[in-house]
Amino acid sequence: MVVEIGHFALVLAFALALVQSVAPIWGSRTGDIRLMATAAPSALGQLLFVAIAAAALVHAHVVSDFSVVNVVENSHSLKPLLYKITGVWGNHEGSMLLWVLILALFGGLVALFGANLPASLKANVLAVQAWIASAFYLFILCTSNPFARISPAPLEGNDLNPVLQDIGLAIHPPLLYLGYVGFSIAFSFAVAALIDGRIDAAWARWVRPWSLAAWIFLTLGIAMGSYWAYYELGWGGWWFWDPVENASFMPWLAGTALLHSAVVMEKRDALKIWTILLAILTFSLSLLGTFLVRSGVLTSVHAFATDPERGVFILGILCLFIGGSLTLFAWRAPGLKPGGLFAPISREGALVFNNLFLTVGCAIVLVGTLYPLLYEMATGAKITVGPPFFNLVFGAFIAVLLVAVPLGPMLAWKRGDLLAAAERLWLALALAAIAAAAVWWPSTGAILTALGVGLAVWVMAGAVVEWAARIKLFRAPLADSLSRARGLPGAAWGMTFAHFGIGMVILGIVSETSWNEERILAMKPGEVVTIGGYQVKLDGMIPRQGENFSEEAAHFSIRRGGVQVTFLEPSRRMFATRRTATSETAIATFGFSQLYIALGETDKTGASAVRLYWKPLVTLIWLGAVVMAFGGLCSLLDRRLRVGAPVPARKAGSKHVGPGNIDPGAPAAPVAAE
Amino acid sequence: MRTVRSRCVATSVALLLVAAASLAPALAVKPNEMLKDPALEARARALSAELRCLVCQNQSIDDSDADLAHDLRVLVRDRLKAGDTNAAVKDYLVARYGEYVLLRPRFDLGNLALWLAGPVALLAGAMAIFAARRRASRLAERPLTDEEEARVEAILSRRAGSGDAPAENLTKL
Repeated sequence: MVVEIGHFALVLAFALALVQSVAPIWGSRTGDIRLMATAAPSALGQLLFVAIAAAALVHAHVVSDFSVVNVVENSHSLKPLLYKITGVWGNHEGSMLLWVLILALFGGLVALFGANLPASLKANVLAVQAWIASAFYLFILCTSNPFARISPAPLEGNDLNPVLQDIGLAIHPPLLYLGYVGFSIAFSFAVAALIDGRIDAAWARWVRPWSLAAWIFLTLGIAMGSYWAYYELGWGGWWFWDPVENASFMPWLAGTALLHSAVVMEKRDALKIWTILLAILTFSLSLLGTFLVRSGVLTSVHAFATDPERGVFILGILCLFIGGSLTLFAWRAPGLKPGGLFAPISREGALVFNNLFLTVGCAIVLVGTLYPLLYEMATGAKITVGPPFFNLVFGAFIAVLLVAVPLGPMLAWKRGDLLAAAERLWLALALAAIAAAAVWWPSTGAILTALGVGLAVWVMAGAVVEWAARIKLFRAPLADSLSRARGLPGAAWGMTFAHFGIGMVILGIVSETSWNEERILAMKPGEVVTIGGYQVKLDGMIPRQGENFSEEAAHFSIRRGGVQVTFLEPSRRMFATRRTATSETAIATFGFSQLYIALGETDKTGASAVRLYWKPLVTLIWLGAVVMAFGGLCSLLDRRLRVGAPVPARKAGSKHVGPGNIDPGAPAAPVAAE
Repeated sequence: MRTVRSRCVATSVALLLVAAASLAPALAVKPNEMLKDPALEARARALSAELRCLVCQNQSIDDSDADLAHDLRVLVRDRLKAGDTNAAVKDYLVARYGEYVLLRPRFDLGNLALWLAGPVALLAGAMAIFAARRRASRLAERPLTDEEEARVEAILSRRAGSGDAPAENLTKL
């Protein structure tokens, strides 16, 4: 019964989305306020109904209702409760339900917090959101119904893939989807602006915080996925340039560009048209990612052709939204007035440089990801584009951008002085040179490593120097500097943290790839191996029994200078239901570095295959991402960005009613398309 | 009941995880595969990272535990022991398995579109920026036509005459 309620709620959400697709936009075209006002309640209604549907599916999984196909295929009565819940989105149908739940969540948030938006803009935005939602509800109901029943119901389920039975599945997909789908808001705002034919001041104020929120989640989601792969897969890799990873990385690159161009738009009223295009592209890449992951096209073009139902549906959605929005853009954009002028060497110029390189980086990833598909379609032959290609080509382009990262914030708006900016960064440059020399000197020949470390220090020190210059550290009395730091806007803090975080990521990557130590050997109990300055001794094997698996763990004691510092217990797990085994790695963190052990098979002589890694500074890769996300949060909490806090003096009195309203207090007048 | 296929992948990483998981927990490079000569073994490892495990989702033979990856690792080491150069080992594998085995496609005419995508995108972007700048500065520098001058004049004189501040006019809207 609960399952049917869930199914029915999803149908109701679809029906509401259809209403929301038409009524508000009709209202905004005809100036009918009542029709426009239907948008917010129907968005909230959608959220309610999708939430009911999701709750029903979670319930079915928790009580192990094996009359539901989705539960049978992905659950088992003995599975721990946490994985019964996370297993809901650990499969195609459930993850699509999570997708629309988050879409409805964002729609609901716009409805709730959009009170101060011009009514027609709000109506259009929510209508566009509803178009996306309708398409995906229809997709779920037609091709991927998570509520399908099976009769007779089997007594037991097939269990969830053991690799997914991990805390990572609880966190990674929701974070990633919050990011992916969050960019739909920027998309809807862009399309709404194009439909209206004007870019409101409200537009700029709204797009930045929503993109920022989505970007924070996507950053954390990607970092989390990377760490999950790192500890789960057992060979110490953390990024594989797999098409599925690229699918989440491309919206991140485009979204990062979007954040930067939105700054120019907000501060200087320039790059408006480009920002609109980026908003469209970012979400288009999210949709493309969904298509790549969900259609099975990645495995092979042929696999896609044999079971095309879902793939073709998503491809249709993809073409409709990307093609439609780009057509709308091509039609409407020429009518939008370009904004302010600036010299090539200026803050705006630096941000354009940033956008150019991020977009090119994104294009490289896109071409590299799709090239094997296109190549196979064109020639019938298969080709691989793997990590060695991406590392080389993407790395080369992005390194140029990274060199420029500290320079940009040092340039003045409108017209800057590159030489003066470089002079103010002398300390960062000196530190970078010292760091590079310190790496290069003892190990002559490691020129790439030296350059990489230099680059990382340059970016990190550059962020700190810029911050110090803002608060006049050591140039003014300390108390003065402190009060300046307190008065520093959140966005400034955000930039400092985000840029510093990038430096941390680079340092982590360079260090991990250059100084990674590895031992692969067969160890017998009692044997000792030294790695990274630690003595690792295999004490013995311990058989254990888990809730739905049995495992063979190896006990290693870790000593440094004869003193035991910790112990590690990597294991091999056997899951009876699916007859699959997994290798659980064990990791000890020392400072920013990690000791990593994976266990292989034990042979007849009692020797176990063991892989040990010493990964210096590896955690900086993920900590750097967390610092970047924290920077995003600082920027998000900036008072000036807070939606609903435009100019306090005009709180009462002026009400936005419709497209005819021109807000005299707004920083930038609406741009009309004529 | 439908069979559980590759669709039981949850998330971006999941697909990758599944590919790895279906192949048991054995480690990729096994201790008994490794060559005695550390220099030769290092070359083998570097080469392995550039070669694709043909039956896997997206893994190098260095990372994969599949049987085929094992065979290829042994093959690479055999060729190196026989005195092949790195390029010769790659050629040998391409002759046997096609270009699919290379994780980094060759820089040749067939793959020009792939290799030049970045530089071409950069060039196109730079040209677009240049064109946009020229258009913007042309728009900004264009002097007003006589007709436009007259209209501005008319508006200004009308406002000055009636004494209405333009801002008040607007707020009444």
